[in-house]
Amino acid sequence: MHLVYPAVLAALLFCTGLYGVLARRNAILVLMSVELMLNAVNLNLVAFDVWLSRTAEDKLHSGQALTLFTIAIAAAEIGIGLAIVLAVHRARGTSDIDKLRDTAEGHEMDGPDSDPAGSDGPEPPAAEKAEATA
Amino acid sequence: MTLAATATATATLAATHTRGFLSPTGVEIAFLLVGLVTFGAALVTVTTKQLVHAALWLVVALGGIAVEYLLLTAEFIAWVQVLIYVGSVVVLLLFGLMLTKAPIGRSPDADSGNRWAALTVAVAAAAALVWVVVDAFRATWTDLDGPASGSTAVTGASLFQNWVLPFEALSVLLLAALVGAIVLSRKSKAESSSPPVNSRPATGSSPSVPDSRNHTIGRKGAVEGNGPSSPDNPAEKEGAR
Repeated sequence: MHLVYPAVLAALLFCTGLYGVLARRNAILVLMSVELMLNAVNLNLVAFDVWLSRTAEDKLHSGQALTLFTIAIAAAEIGIGLAIVLAVHRARGTSDIDKLRDTAEGHEMDGPDSDPAGSDGPEPPAAEKAEATA
Repeated sequence: MTLAATATATATLAATHTRGFLSPTGVEIAFLLVGLVTFGAALVTVTTKQLVHAALWLVVALGGIAVEYLLLTAEFIAWVQVLIYVGSVVVLLLFGLMLTKAPIGRSPDADSGNRWAALTVAVAAAAALVWVVVDAFRATWTDLDGPASGSTAVTGASLFQNWVLPFEALSVLLLAALVGAIVLSRKSKAESSSPPVNSRPATGSSPSVPDSRNHTIGRKGAVEGNGPSSPDNPAEKEGAR
């Protein structure tokens, strides 16, 4: 197999994930795009490991071992990331990363209590209570 | 757009080689077709307006990558991919979408305002990466005949002969991630289910009900770290251990 096929596919998948990370607004969609980028890297690792094990007689199989490690770390990352997103959603009522601007410069708030989630009006708490009691 | 440019660039660059692009093997054709499906599913994942559909298209993309691993004779990685990504990561993402009350149906604000800047960056990065990769590996071929280089026996022998120490370190990292996820969710639950001044009692309701955003004192305590809920935190941490 031509090595260009998996390399080009990995590059395209990585850039697709890059677009998703930059353009998405929901935090969970950003996590999905991060998974796409990690999978592109995994595809590169596997392709080059197969190539090296055939041409250079590489018995270490470092690419496949690193792929397994990357998959495990990605699983840990998605667990921690979703825990953080859920904690943020509980505290702020939103998982919209464009509204979480407490540490941004140039967007001074009135005080520490006037979070951007409170500017939505009384509609989202009412909806959540209705959904919680249903 | 970039895919067509890629195909033409690959054709022009590889046609000079003895094993030309225009006479691909069966494995290459299968890889190309599955790769097209995978890339299309990835594109739909990052562009669809329906959040649940994005997670379901992610299943197609990750499954396509598993098939690519099989075509590259990395069988063990392929099944690990199916088990962990399709089996657990997508299920976790769907649970996350459900617990954050993601809207079912089209949500028009799924994309940020800087979409065109992101598209420019992504297309520029794709063009640069594809050009560099095609230019570097246009005369490189992988011989996929013979025994599989990624079977379970080969991968297991390599993993437990050469990679034992990173493997064990990875198990410690997974344990730390497990404890960290539990501590993160338990701490936020303890802070949100102990309202100090609100008349609504903490009746052990469902943890997805955001109590603390209805009153500002609990959130201020959460921010400053010395609120009324801080005496609960050591007990919660010990309970998490």
